[in-house]
Amino acid sequence: MDEKEYIARRVAKELHDGDVVNLGIGLPTMVANFIPEDIEITLQSENGFLGMGPAPEKGDEDPYLVNAGGIHVTINPGGVFFDSAESFLIIRGGHVNATVLGALEVDEKGNLANWMVPGKMVPGMGGAMDLVTGAKKVIVAMNHTAKGNHKILKQCTLPLTAVNAVDLIITEMGVMEVTDKGIVLKEINPEFTVEQVQAATGATLIIAEDLKNIEL
Amino acid sequence: MNKLISVEEAVNMIQDGMTIMVGGFLGCRNPYVLVDALVAKGVKDITLIANDTSFPEVGIGKLIVNKQVKKLIASHIGTNKETGNQMNSGELEVELVPQGTLAERIRAAGAGLGGILTPTGLGTVVAEGKDIITVDGREFLLEKPLKADIALIVGAKVDKKGNVRYKKATRNFNPLMATAADIVIVEADEIVEVGEIDPDDVMTPGIFVNYIVGGNA
Repeated sequence: MDEKEYIARRVAKELHDGDVVNLGIGLPTMVANFIPEDIEITLQSENGFLGMGPAPEKGDEDPYLVNAGGIHVTINPGGVFFDSAESFLIIRGGHVNATVLGALEVDEKGNLANWMVPGKMVPGMGGAMDLVTGAKKVIVAMNHTAKGNHKILKQCTLPLTAVNAVDLIITEMGVMEVTDKGIVLKEINPEFTVEQVQAATGATLIIAEDLKNIEL
Repeated sequence: MNKLISVEEAVNMIQDGMTIMVGGFLGCRNPYVLVDALVAKGVKDITLIANDTSFPEVGIGKLIVNKQVKKLIASHIGTNKETGNQMNSGELEVELVPQGTLAERIRAAGAGLGGILTPTGLGTVVAEGKDIITVDGREFLLEKPLKADIALIVGAKVDKKGNVRYKKATRNFNPLMATAADIVIVEADEIVEVGEIDPDDVMTPGIFVNYIVGGNA
């Protein structure tokens, strides 16, 4: 199984029956493929609907229906469309149970940077700042490092998306919870040792007393 | 009153230097006909308020490529490389606004509010230079209303009074922008007689719409 699928499968286990969930572009979108069949999740798309379904068959694309990344999707029975103010009322008002998104950097205070690299890449924050501010649970799903460079840090260096917002970090190496005391490694991919995870992390990890292996 | 006008009449109202809001989300139904006419007319020095700048070849993306925009207020520019290029070269002033804040700033203008208080952006560059207001011990950013001279919106079904029904994910910023500009022009995929849209289904009341042009659905 490739790393992205491994991460997406583990993130899917964080979701609960009845949750309203917003999935970011890229790896987080893959989470939808691994939601257990016995639970019902409602996906929110910040351009204005609830009940987002999978991509249509080729040739069945609807010009009136794209996701927040501009990609053609479908809407499930029971879904509903609305305008951008209502969409962000849902997001900012705490009516989204969980948001899953990628990060450039995360730090031990739960600060998140994922929207720009000064002088290099400034795509804009889109809906990310509202999502991480308003969602009840913020899950960062990403590769543990970027070309060997740390992404989980003592302190973010890039412009922030939000302060003290991240609850959980899930990577191919482990599951980490952001707490008042720091980042707690709660689950580990058995292919790695604790020492390897620590070496790949720019902050000092607190190792949970009941550290478990990740099970998918 | 007759609200139906030609695309040419619509574009004649849009002058150099105006502030224009345009509905749509990543090119998913910008008012394509009106935007193409703006590109053809070559209106310059526009302040553009929109969620994003689409793709270079689609909808309002063309206004950027054609260098007709002087200032942009948007939440996302990543799908149109030309926007970033012009921003980096200093040709285009860009104010990036969180998407939910953008929606509420436009709504505030339309609703006659002096601004909105939001937690989004606290502790980030978005907060720079803005007032922080504490309400019951919680901090919020004061974000000011956004108004335009002209809003160009797009509706799937529009009656001759200007009542608008949107379709699927194309509602986005359109109903908000319809309330926040001096002149509102709706590009209609389909124009119908008054009464053909059930009052329960009207999403933007016709009182907000000044003019209607036919689109190319």
